[in-house]
Amino acid sequence: MSALVSSVQPANLARREGAPLVSLNRIAFVLALAAIYVVVPLIGNDYWLNSLVIPTVVMGLAGVGLNLLTGYAGLVSLGSAAFMSIGAFSAYNLLLRAPFLPLPLALIVAGFVAAAAGVIFGLPSLRIKGFYLSASTLGAQFFFEWLFTNFHWFSNNSMSLTISAPRLEFSGYNLTSPAGRYLLVVVTTGLLVWLARNIVNSRIGRDWMAIRDMDTAAAVAGIPIASRKLLAYGVSSFFCGIAGALWAFAYLGTADAHAFDLDKSFQILFIVIIGGSASLFGNFLGAAFIVLTPIVLDLIVLWWNLTDYVDQGSLTNLLRIIFGLIIILLLIKEPDGLSSLIGRLARRLAAWPLRI
Amino acid sequence: MLFFLNVLTSGLLAGLMYAMVAIGFVLIYKASGVFNFAQGSMVLFAALTFVTLNEHGLPFWAAFPLTIVVMIAGAVLIERLVLRPLVNRNPNTLFMATLGLSFVIEGLAQLLLGTDVHQLDLGIDDIPVSVLGLQISAFDLFASAIAVALVAVLAVLFSKTRMGISLRAVADDTLAAQSIGIRLPRIWRIVWSVSGFVALVAGLLWGARQGVQFSLSLVVLKAMPVLIIGGFSSIPGAIVGGLLVGATENLADIYIGPLVQGSVSTWFAYILAVGFLLIRPAGLFGESAIERV
Amino acid sequence: MSGAILEVKDVSLSFKGIKALANLSFAVQQGEICALIGPNGAGKSSLLNVINGVYRANSGQIVFDGTPIDRPTPIGVARLGVGRTFQNNALFRRMSVLDNVLTGLTRLGHASVIEVAFRVGRHPAERRAFRERAEDIIAFLEIEAYRDAVVGRLPYGLQKRVELARALVASPKLLLLDEPMAGMNSDEKTELSRFIQDVNQELGATIVLIEHDVGVVMGLSHHVVVLDYGRKVGDGSPDEVRRNPDVIAAYLGTKH
Repeated sequence: MSALVSSVQPANLARREGAPLVSLNRIAFVLALAAIYVVVPLIGNDYWLNSLVIPTVVMGLAGVGLNLLTGYAGLVSLGSAAFMSIGAFSAYNLLLRAPFLPLPLALIVAGFVAAAAGVIFGLPSLRIKGFYLSASTLGAQFFFEWLFTNFHWFSNNSMSLTISAPRLEFSGYNLTSPAGRYLLVVVTTGLLVWLARNIVNSRIGRDWMAIRDMDTAAAVAGIPIASRKLLAYGVSSFFCGIAGALWAFAYLGTADAHAFDLDKSFQILFIVIIGGSASLFGNFLGAAFIVLTPIVLDLIVLWWNLTDYVDQGSLTNLLRIIFGLIIILLLIKEPDGLSSLIGRLARRLAAWPLRI
Repeated sequence: MLFFLNVLTSGLLAGLMYAMVAIGFVLIYKASGVFNFAQGSMVLFAALTFVTLNEHGLPFWAAFPLTIVVMIAGAVLIERLVLRPLVNRNPNTLFMATLGLSFVIEGLAQLLLGTDVHQLDLGIDDIPVSVLGLQISAFDLFASAIAVALVAVLAVLFSKTRMGISLRAVADDTLAAQSIGIRLPRIWRIVWSVSGFVALVAGLLWGARQGVQFSLSLVVLKAMPVLIIGGFSSIPGAIVGGLLVGATENLADIYIGPLVQGSVSTWFAYILAVGFLLIRPAGLFGESAIERV
Repeated sequence: MSGAILEVKDVSLSFKGIKALANLSFAVQQGEICALIGPNGAGKSSLLNVINGVYRANSGQIVFDGTPIDRPTPIGVARLGVGRTFQNNALFRRMSVLDNVLTGLTRLGHASVIEVAFRVGRHPAERRAFRERAEDIIAFLEIEAYRDAVVGRLPYGLQKRVELARALVASPKLLLLDEPMAGMNSDEKTELSRFIQDVNQELGATIVLIEHDVGVVMGLSHHVVVLDYGRKVGDGSPDEVRRNPDVIAAYLGTKH
């Protein structure tokens, strides 16, 4: 696991280019990839894939999307779910109305539609700063939820206003089984995380972080602030858009606009806070936390026979309290999130025989 | 024309209610720079506490001060457990902490006090009376009178009392205020308490209108565009912004809504607010700060 | 010396009615080290901010290399080859030294986001070239040992040097240094003076610097401009300025 951490985290150029560590890291990385792509679908049962792994990976991907914008470029968004919904509804309409499009292409085009919307809704960032900007991102959230609910064309005039994937197949393979959907999700996410890593380790990622840390100095250093901000909105929304399409079709199966409500946006923000801002790997930790906590809570109630005392409503409220407390606690104790905590533990473990 | 005026006045009255939520927010932002997303959940918590006490047989004059005491206790806890450990941290961190706080408060309120919809009767009927030929609800008139009174009280509090002067000193220059011996934790406890009080008043008025229930905490989403327009640190801005948002939202809903297949009230105010900021980036009453580098 | 690289013509700037700069004019010759001195609040940093396009002057004009710039913007001025450091270090605190320096090169990059994401096209070559250039400057300023350190955790003096590296990395024609030696002891000042001279002579950059230490200024610069309350009270060689009675009254004679 630690190999994955160090290979995904940015700004470790020097270490990666040192001779002996590389081969070890590479081997561990390849092993981890093999586990993710081959072993998990072979041994994972359907429940695990459906309820745990797929939502974790997809929400992690959405977290990557928001983290590019918030963690790297320093632009807080409270409307990321809106861009997920754009991706979902675009993919649905593309698959429905352009049946010749293969699935990957439909996903990519859907991502670009979300990116375009992201750039448009990012335009205020050129004039507005700070909390005024953060608060205004709620506008995107409410606008798109309203748009996809009130204009029935987007859901092909279905009575229930829902969308479901017309087909999940790629070059003849049917991907509707849990293992198939898992592979779709994990291959897409793997590729996108690779792209994200390349971007954040590049000139563009540095420009984003520079704008985040001090925008006046960034401008004077010659960084084109406006176009970099818009690019951050575009790239972030591209990622969120594809995550949204995967959420609707590979996880939920059937979705409506309210699957991408304000709570989902907050969840994605929480993923970024829990996992750690300006970390790519951390988003998957954060997502695992968000997905697993309710399940663990349910199990606890079941195991200790508390069902007579705790109804579903109190569980929901308990969950809200737990998430809220965790967020506050992390912000106080571990502002860089779980990824930095785990990084520290891994380093301590590596040095363990020497100092206890 | 009369119809238009009726739509306009009912919008303005709704706007006053938005302004009340926004004012609680402004107090905290002014005194501590904290963007308090939990203001809506405080409205819910306050109203729910009051209604529960009321339903357990406490009359208004007992339940009201008791709820104030609860809100003050909450403010002290928040200062001690959330704000103090995060002092001097990045404003975004504090904002996200208040987002977490809103989850905690909402969860606690409903876990302890239940998720039912409570009816709240303040003894003022929601019947229309005719004022200058316009049909205005008696309750709305009452609510706006309360809102005006609240703002007047706050204004006196800030300009006349020692406490208010310290508050303004902190808002003006935190460092200088500290150096003359004003203690920040105390200021924070006080503004969060006053905001809790404002939340209670807003919660009772809103709650009497639409029942005390979870959706009360969503009024924070109505207050956001008001704050964007009025400025996060201006009470007059919150009032004017509230009226502006209330009126235009209502007009848009009536006149634009039918053209686009349904109510536009969830998002219209945001688009309005962003459009407004693009023209006046510093807000209604704000002035642009000079960046020192 | 081949003419003026920077001309400030009749520049005025005010904040909310308070005049920060009043009809200020002077010229900086190609290849010189020009010092801006004056008491605190004399408008020195504001002047750099006007040259940089961070502030917009109420009136007047900035001429760079013979070309007047109507509405200077930070990016536009950077593209003309102007580097800048700030009074209270304006580094990107959460990034490494190397990454900070690399940001100074970003405007020379052309690879699109697609090329960057897939590591194809112009990206690999650009990445290599930038890296080499940044390493050169890091070596020049002798901060190799801190290359991968997070900037926010470095001591103040080193941060100043990182900021200088970031301003230098894109080979600016004109370098604006805002109190580069503030808070340094005399050894550190001597060392930084040497770097500034090297930059001027070896890299051929014209330098405008703001500095309070008059001893350092007189030893280092070819040309001194004295400001007081936003007005120019002296302009000439260090010796001329030293003898100017207005300057003595406004600045040298008063303690600050």
